[in-house]
Amino acid sequence: MAYNLKALTEKEERITGGHRMCAGCGAPIVVRTVLRALKPEDHAVVGVATGCLEVSTCLYPYTAWKDSFIHSAFENAAATVSGAEAAYRALAKVGKVKGTTKFIAFGGDGGTYDIGFQALSGAMERGHDMVYVCYDNEAYMNTGIQRSSSTPKYADTTTSPAGSAIPGKVQFKKDLTMIMASHNIPYVAQSAPFRNLKDLYEKAEKAIYTPGPAFLNVLAPCPRGWRYNTPQLMEIVRLAIETCVWPLYEVVEGKFILNYKPKNKLPVVEYLKPQARFRHLFTKENEGLIEEIQKEVDRRWNRLLELCGEA
Amino acid sequence: MAIKDKLSGNEAIAVAMRQIDPDVVAAFPITPSTEVPQYFSQFVANGQVHTEFVAVESEHSAMSACIGAEAAGARTMTATSSQGLALMWEMLYIAASLRLPIVMSVINRALSGPINIHNDHSDSMGARDSGWIQLYCENNQEAYDNLIQAIRIAEHKDVQLPVMVCYDGFITSHAVENIELLEDEKVKAFIGEYKPEHYLLDKDNPISMGPLDMPAYYFEHKRAQAEAMKNAKRVILEVAQEFEKLTGRKYGYFEEYKMEDAEVAIVIMNSTAGTAKFVVNELRKQGVKAGLIKMRVFRPFPFEELGKALSHLKAVAIMDKADSFSTAGGPLFTEVRSAMFDYARDTKAVSYIYGLGGRDVRTDEIMTVYQDLLEIVRTGEVKSTFNYLGVRE
Repeated sequence: MAYNLKALTEKEERITGGHRMCAGCGAPIVVRTVLRALKPEDHAVVGVATGCLEVSTCLYPYTAWKDSFIHSAFENAAATVSGAEAAYRALAKVGKVKGTTKFIAFGGDGGTYDIGFQALSGAMERGHDMVYVCYDNEAYMNTGIQRSSSTPKYADTTTSPAGSAIPGKVQFKKDLTMIMASHNIPYVAQSAPFRNLKDLYEKAEKAIYTPGPAFLNVLAPCPRGWRYNTPQLMEIVRLAIETCVWPLYEVVEGKFILNYKPKNKLPVVEYLKPQARFRHLFTKENEGLIEEIQKEVDRRWNRLLELCGEA
Repeated sequence: MAIKDKLSGNEAIAVAMRQIDPDVVAAFPITPSTEVPQYFSQFVANGQVHTEFVAVESEHSAMSACIGAEAAGARTMTATSSQGLALMWEMLYIAASLRLPIVMSVINRALSGPINIHNDHSDSMGARDSGWIQLYCENNQEAYDNLIQAIRIAEHKDVQLPVMVCYDGFITSHAVENIELLEDEKVKAFIGEYKPEHYLLDKDNPISMGPLDMPAYYFEHKRAQAEAMKNAKRVILEVAQEFEKLTGRKYGYFEEYKMEDAEVAIVIMNSTAGTAKFVVNELRKQGVKAGLIKMRVFRPFPFEELGKALSHLKAVAIMDKADSFSTAGGPLFTEVRSAMFDYARDTKAVSYIYGLGGRDVRTDEIMTVYQDLLEIVRTGEVKSTFNYLGVRE
């Protein structure tokens, strides 16, 4: 069936409104879209790492989750969900489960790229039938915008502040999607809430219904940390994709597939400009830094094109 | 008819786990507990259990996966030692606060640093305030018996707390002893089927677990957890009575050895109790009224019962195989003495820290502890409250 956002929004929401995520935050859009890809008759066990998403959606005595939900700690969403999935398989053997349950873990880049990286790698390697979704907002937003290994080079964060001697974070962003592709699991994809959400929806559906482990890395802008005007959320995502800062691709059984190739690849400056976390790059003393970012974006994009057979 | 066998402590635990046939075991190897998941995974490979064995990449993930599995509605077990338990620390508290009846064997080993693979109790003593029930074992038989009882205690609806069954690394875990095993079907009947009230896989009744809990509620939740621990005191004895009917083997909060008319005694845990009983027997031959109390249940702490059991003594030595570096005795000493303040104020109490990092504890050394106690009784004076035994000063 062809993708139709209007028709799909008629499916019952699995995360309710009234949660406490910020206006203009990418994360709840990612979660809603991923959960929308579940078949209505299927149950889900959702595990969430400590972070904005967890503290804003499950605040005792309320929960925004209609499926079963578990949060235990920061660094272990993958391990926790892997245990629940093992329970499902064990109980299925003795006829104690009804219907189909799918297993989905969500973590921010802090809980995924950094503190939860080991648990993620372990769970994927063990082959659990689960999906791990990283909502990547490129810093530790819940504690107040500290740098992570996902923070892009020269971004201003509270632990990599732009100062007169150091112009923000000095390292490039870790390429986690590639690292997860190297786990040789059945399905890995990089996505974002882009246009009518088709890319993310279809990848979520594949990830959830491909047997075995799957990993989705989804760009989820943060208005507080990136300092853009909240209504500009979708525009920021579009610019990340059109500049090739965040390419959309998937790795299916080891085969790289490029899902979107900009007709006119925009210069990276277009993406940096509306975000105040990069404001200091436009001063006279920091001349040349944007060029450095452009070079690295081009290098990674060209390599991806080669991997996808598009070069 | 019970089955007579010869097994090491770790073998006994693995056999008990096979008989329990849990839904999920998630474990990571660490000396001296490694054999437990090793033997158990062979049972899995041979199809002798229906368990899903999750060979995780760390102990932190082991406890996290146990939490996920138990929360999902699965009877879940694991085993660890020392650094493994230390790495689980964060998750121990969460397992207890989520009220998940996970059962874990802790094969006691000294904590780093310096790194050391041999026995003391610094690992489980450090976890004493994590909200887990802690049962301690003198020998292989007790390890086996306690593990089976632990399932019933943990899963009881008035408790729903995780349980650690602690026994001494190498001394108990690797030494082969005679043991009496139950038949598989008797274990199965004793533990019964696990029927959790709320669980993630109950698709008709979805549940959210692990919410952010602010000051308006957090305290009540911790209070409820404390109440469950209180209930555990009752349930531990009920389960022990049922177990005695099945096996003839009696269990309580602690074992009293020649305590009826004792004037001096030591309070001790795990395998050293066996060594110390030999010393008590020798002293009794000499006409000395010596006794011994071996702790079985450290969490919940049998405050009143233990205090009263010490009230008729003239002097008692409380022996810790872990230091708390408070300069005021080990953890067992601190808690026992607190109970004595209410129930045995006339009994003189002294602390001995012994056997750290697997230092052998000999009968002649334990004899010196009793001699010190007799000296206290003779002079009415405590010269040194805080002592180390068997260390080069």
